[in-house]
Amino acid sequence: MELLLVLGLPLIGTLILAIAGARRYAAEVNIGISFMTLIFASFLVLRIIRSGPLLVWHEQFFVDSFNVFLVALTAFVGMTTAVFSRPYMHIEEDHGKLSAKRLRLYHSMYQLFMFAMLLALLTNNMGLVWVAMEAATLSTVLLVSLYRTKASLEAAWKYFILCGVGIAQALFGTILLYFAAEHTLGRQGMTALLWTHLNAVKTELEPTVLGLAFVFLLVGYGTKVGLAPLHNWLPDAHAEGPTPVSAVLSGLLLNVALYAVVRCKVLAVGSIGSLIPSRMMMAFGLLSALLGAFFLWRQHDIKRLFGYSSIEHMGIITFAFGLGGPIANFAALLHMTVHSLTKSSIFFTAGHASQTAGTQQVDGIRGLAEINPTVGWGLMLGSLAILGMPPFGVFASEFLILTTAMREHPWATPFLLIALGVAFAGIFIKVQPMVFGESDAPKLPHSPALVPVFVHLALVLTLGLYIPPALAEWYRAAARLIG
Amino acid sequence: MLRSHLDLEFAKLLAAAMLLLSFVMLSTRRTQQLITLFAWQGTILFLSTVLVAHDAGVTELYFSAALTLILKVITLPLVLHFLIRRLGAQWDNEPLVNIPVTMLVGLVLVIFAFGLAQPISILATTIMRHTIGIALSVILLSFLMMITRRKAVTQVIGFLAMENGLFLAATSATYGMPMVIELGIALDLLVAVFILGIFFFQIREQFDSLDLHHLESLREE
Repeated sequence: MELLLVLGLPLIGTLILAIAGARRYAAEVNIGISFMTLIFASFLVLRIIRSGPLLVWHEQFFVDSFNVFLVALTAFVGMTTAVFSRPYMHIEEDHGKLSAKRLRLYHSMYQLFMFAMLLALLTNNMGLVWVAMEAATLSTVLLVSLYRTKASLEAAWKYFILCGVGIAQALFGTILLYFAAEHTLGRQGMTALLWTHLNAVKTELEPTVLGLAFVFLLVGYGTKVGLAPLHNWLPDAHAEGPTPVSAVLSGLLLNVALYAVVRCKVLAVGSIGSLIPSRMMMAFGLLSALLGAFFLWRQHDIKRLFGYSSIEHMGIITFAFGLGGPIANFAALLHMTVHSLTKSSIFFTAGHASQTAGTQQVDGIRGLAEINPTVGWGLMLGSLAILGMPPFGVFASEFLILTTAMREHPWATPFLLIALGVAFAGIFIKVQPMVFGESDAPKLPHSPALVPVFVHLALVLTLGLYIPPALAEWYRAAARLIG
Repeated sequence: MLRSHLDLEFAKLLAAAMLLLSFVMLSTRRTQQLITLFAWQGTILFLSTVLVAHDAGVTELYFSAALTLILKVITLPLVLHFLIRRLGAQWDNEPLVNIPVTMLVGLVLVIFAFGLAQPISILATTIMRHTIGIALSVILLSFLMMITRRKAVTQVIGFLAMENGLFLAATSATYGMPMVIELGIALDLLVAVFILGIFFFQIREQFDSLDLHHLESLREE
């Protein structure tokens, strides 16, 4: 029942907002629907904690500790982003950047995007995962080009083509997976692509086919995770789309794509019986972390800057999942949580910062602490958190990942440290003058909704200081599932 | 026995035609011709799906074939024709750089694809199992087409041709994907073309042309 509502509400929301999205109260409706989704997602979490994994509707939907945690995170960030976007979009409308018609598109597609991500997380069918991922891309393409500027059109086109090619690779991987399943399980039609069925027979699946399938799936879904060298779309889409979209792309979509990769990895490792899939994830992860960190230095646009930071962090998480084992998986899940909370809060403040300054260029944004202290300090704290300063949660997860890497793969440690160090310097140098420099820009017409920012940061801080035993147990259960 | 032998020959013929079409598409300049070629590719895909369905006696696959016929042979080409007419782009000629080199790269890709498909072909049981290599070639060749072309419409046709290759792979390796998945993919594809149609107009409104040379300002400096 909760499951039905978690999926149904955003879908109904899409329809309602497609009709009424241009009205004055549309933003409130958007918040309301997201809030209801969050409530039912919480019920779903409680139910899973109480009674274990859930397998419903002809086994088409499967909820365990791993995905229910991402469902909760997705619903939560979806809700806070909706809260943030209300004043933000009003300001954009006042600036004449958006018309009421485009706002309708925005609100409707926002809910559709939430639906697609929740579907990708909850379904048990690897084919449906693909369909949902593609739907998530399609629903955001028009959001990236919402401003209809030349740059935003270019970013959206790049996003579409690159992710389209990527997702096609993933489809080929899915076909191979189905082929292997059919070979082992016999002709079963609908049930052959169910993850639970595949997982049950994973040791019998043909290793050569599964190996090939995993390469395609990793490259395909990896494109959407923003793994190098297929990351090109990510900074553009983040910089040119409206800020709430950047926040959900970075905070949620990347996680969901990585979730798909991890599900496939479980199958591939089980079938091949060797560590090749894990090693591949580690290599891609390290490459992305390094590349993201070095490219940070060359960015002049605040949202691009943090887009590259997302590439770096997704690289670290992918690396940690590649390491495997209970501690690294635990750290990766924790890092997923704190990264998406911190990064979305940074995008919230960065959005308001560029509205205040009237530009997204780092050089043009100055003196935020003076003009708008909450925005300035939010940005500062968020940046410190994402850079892994203790006592924020990012420090805890990065520390765990580093120590595990040191123990199991010492050669990787210097690379990780270089990535973290370079990113630290690169971001800090740019954020410091933005917050503390001199400026004479006027205040914003609508007071920004910064409650989400501080709620997110407070949560990240809490996770850094103290992980409640129940939550720790939950992460551990999820980490065990991934193996 | 005789019939299944005939079927096998027919399957090989279809696969060969598919590969040939991909190469022709790679070297065609005229946008309109490309759309026609794409429709032909869809037709071959339809025929080969029917062949597998007939050979294996799987009714589900007939639906899949019908879906291909409706979507890829009729709807999408019509939509694309309509779009380029509305955009006044039907007589567009695209300057192609170095066709021979592209062809040679294409050849290498085909060899690579066959190498990659070898282990899968051995395991497959369908009548089309030898065509998995060809399906993979079609995917890679379409990919090559997307890389070498500069026009928005052509890139989209490349994208759709890649999808054709994927469907060929699905029907030739297995007996098609489960129905729900195939419907989902078809829906996504239709929406994608719809969105791209919107895009074409937006791009032309902004740049006065569908040439993607204009879309190269976002770069790492």
